[in-house]
Amino acid sequence: MTKSELIARLAESNPHLYQRDVERIVTTIFDEIAAALARGDRVELRGFGAFSVKRRDARQGRNPRTGEAVAVEGKAIPFFKTGKQLRERLNTEGQ
Amino acid sequence: MTDRTITRAQLSEAVYQEVGLSRNESADLLEAVLGEISNALARGEAVKISSFGSFAVRSKGQRVGRNPKTGEEVPILPRRVLVFRPSQLLKKRINDGDTVKSGTE
Repeated sequence: MTKSELIARLAESNPHLYQRDVERIVTTIFDEIAAALARGDRVELRGFGAFSVKRRDARQGRNPRTGEAVAVEGKAIPFFKTGKQLRERLNTEGQ
Repeated sequence: MTDRTITRAQLSEAVYQEVGLSRNESADLLEAVLGEISNALARGEAVKISSFGSFAVRSKGQRVGRNPKTGEEVPILPRRVLVFRPSQLLKKRINDGDTVKSGTE
């Protein structure tokens, strides 16, 4: 399912809303999550999962082609941990 | 870095501010979004949200695990797990919005 298919589905089950509004709702939700992570905040959605930011230290990497050592800067990685309820659904429904 | 935890309350407030819906309906729509995504994943379908990232279901085979407390070997049954792959854009946004702390290490 893509973002536009998600929007289409939601528009179908909410006929009182304009598709344009549904689109804004979906965009706002993911944009808020991204903004929170950019601030270093955690986003916890019980039953669904939690988004957080993990830190990777700077390290000495190597160019695999040339074998040359290169400095890799420290960075932040977004991380998602599946919520308990969703994890259970993945293993009980239509496999 | 503020180190807060954002929950459904703040997300549905953002929806309320952005679209002219009631607070109740904003909360319902947030739930519907999470519900549709969960349903697709439970069906085994991947969910791709452009400029954010993608969620995919991966099947894992059986393997031998160990109870870390007792050292006892226990089989871990085959199961399905969810993996999230952040988009390049999300990764970039997180690293750019985060210059304060990463500069000190």
